[in-house]
Amino acid sequence: MIEDRPLIYKYLRHDKKFPHVWCGGCGIGILLGSLIRAIDHLGYAKDEVVLVSGIGCSGRLPVYVDFNTLHTTHGRALTFATGVKLAKPELKVIIIMGDGDATAIGGNHFIHAARRNLDLTAIIVNNNIYGMTGGQYSPTTPYGQRATTAVYGSVEHSFNIAQLAVCAGAVFAARGTVYHVRQLDGLIEKALLKNGFSVVEVISQCHTHYGRLNKLGNQIEMMKQQRDSAVPVEKARKMSPEEMEGKFEIGILVDREAPSYLEQYNKVRQKAKNALSLQLTKEEKEESERREALDKQ
Amino acid sequence: MNRPKKPEPKAQLMQGNEACAEGALLAGCRFFAGYPITPASEIAEHLSYRLPQVDGTFIQMEDEIASMGAVIGGSLAGVKSMTATSGPGFSLMQENLGFACMAEVPCVVVNVMRGGPSTGLPTNPSQGDVMQARWGTHGDHPIIVLSPSSVLECFTLTVKAFNYSEKYRTPVIFLMDEVVAHMREKVVLPEPSEVTVIDRVKPSVPPEWYLPYEDTSFGVPPMGIFGEGYRYHVTGLVHDIRGFPTLRQDEIEPFLLRLFRKISIHFADIQLVESFHTEDADLVIVAYGCTFRSAHRAMVEGRARGLKVGLLKLITLWPFPRRVVEPLTRAKKTLLVPEMNMGQISREVKRVNQGMTTVLAVNKIDGTMITPQEILEKIEEEKK
Repeated sequence: MIEDRPLIYKYLRHDKKFPHVWCGGCGIGILLGSLIRAIDHLGYAKDEVVLVSGIGCSGRLPVYVDFNTLHTTHGRALTFATGVKLAKPELKVIIIMGDGDATAIGGNHFIHAARRNLDLTAIIVNNNIYGMTGGQYSPTTPYGQRATTAVYGSVEHSFNIAQLAVCAGAVFAARGTVYHVRQLDGLIEKALLKNGFSVVEVISQCHTHYGRLNKLGNQIEMMKQQRDSAVPVEKARKMSPEEMEGKFEIGILVDREAPSYLEQYNKVRQKAKNALSLQLTKEEKEESERREALDKQ
Repeated sequence: MNRPKKPEPKAQLMQGNEACAEGALLAGCRFFAGYPITPASEIAEHLSYRLPQVDGTFIQMEDEIASMGAVIGGSLAGVKSMTATSGPGFSLMQENLGFACMAEVPCVVVNVMRGGPSTGLPTNPSQGDVMQARWGTHGDHPIIVLSPSSVLECFTLTVKAFNYSEKYRTPVIFLMDEVVAHMREKVVLPEPSEVTVIDRVKPSVPPEWYLPYEDTSFGVPPMGIFGEGYRYHVTGLVHDIRGFPTLRQDEIEPFLLRLFRKISIHFADIQLVESFHTEDADLVIVAYGCTFRSAHRAMVEGRARGLKVGLLKLITLWPFPRRVVEPLTRAKKTLLVPEMNMGQISREVKRVNQGMTTVLAVNKIDGTMITPQEILEKIEEEKK
């Protein structure tokens, strides 16, 4: 992608913090490319973008990008982002999380952020495993699949992250893969434009751990599997659960309108100020009455 | 003609928690994130009513972990931020409290102490979190802990807590107890013009020259604010002066040492105490929080009985005001430390004492206050 060269110089901390920590062939780099193209296309100034991450492979992403970047504690990225957005609503706050980060340790924050509908964009890289710590099973490791803490196969059932976001009340929820990269560019752009809590789940590959432990081949073969198991949302709706077995839908799962938290809270501020001004006039009234009484004396 | 008299300072009946909330507003706090917990909920309730009136933001988060995260986020975006909780919630906040120490994010965390451990005694007073306030989060790091003993101090010291957090870019723990928090007493709040409010120092260099964690002679680097042109990286990892994660030995230790130094070179400014009759006393009570109130009474009654009793009130608990306690031990004055735990501060006094004089303790952990009589009995027992 030769046209991306100027973008690299514009958005990456290319002269400061490279090489990066990710394995060759990791999907996070592809996602980072999509994110940068989406931000560039929307014309956001670098100063107004805040990129917040948690812990894990995805947590390292903000280091490499020339925005206001915040690398928080494990699972808590959304809580820090909530504070940033409420304190400075004009900032565009984007949160990058992993599957374990967002739905295990940060699961409670995730559903409540969706319910609260603050104008944030959460991008969740789902590679079905904890990569940075060495391949332990995560809430999205499919039943029966192996991990270093599930050497006999996982006996837990996995989360469907995008559906979880829909159920928790996100106004925009989409799923893409790092294979369908052009679609991913568009999904992230739409999510950024959405007023309210938007979620993009990005299916990615961890060939180093998940692929190796489950004999799924190298990164290229794993990306081909993404191509083969992804079904567009419209087509998936017509398919039976049996036909969807082992497959997942990609595209926009939900896109609805609802007033954002800040719109609602601004009403609260207005109410509070109205009450205050009423209160003041009452006090002022009493003061003037007191003065009149003094004059009469 | 009778001229109207100059109005008397406005006295009012106020609760400790309310005073703390009002102090925060005067200090410039415009963001509060919290979670309901007895006996700290009134701070959240009062601020949920007051903050929207002054264009601030109140949010009730899903738990205390989230509250602490949101507070740090708010502060990074340039707004003075606070949360309030009690023991169980304070335990949950430790994770992100450590982040605030590491990334040097100013914020104030109120912990209204109740009986513990675990769910403990939600409506009873205790002073059991003194050591948790110091060492609750993992890793070796300094922290500032202030403890009020009256409703007025709940107000004035909250302002001070914000001032220290902004000046030294550190979280400040405001360690109240259930008695002080729920007590209502007459207070005359200072006029806003009488109160000093300190704001964080922002960078003045061009953004491309800005090094967010560079050492200064003051020990505290200027703080860039998100969205103001100084784009930098904030992380809970040990970082270099540019804010980027580092594993270099020659960067790790200087950074961590600076965290200590920025507090230790300012001990004289931070360590607040008040002395009562310590010069002529041969026994000095060392007390803090609600226990100070009983200790003060015990001192007054002891003096009436002809006992030479003095009193040292610790306002700053951490960093421990050694420079004030040490001269008392050198002067061979007997020290008596009453507290509602099994000796968290008396052990600290003994450490400073190093065997030079006698250190006595009155400990009580039955969920009620230490009475002046209990302190007096101990004094008279010692004097026999």
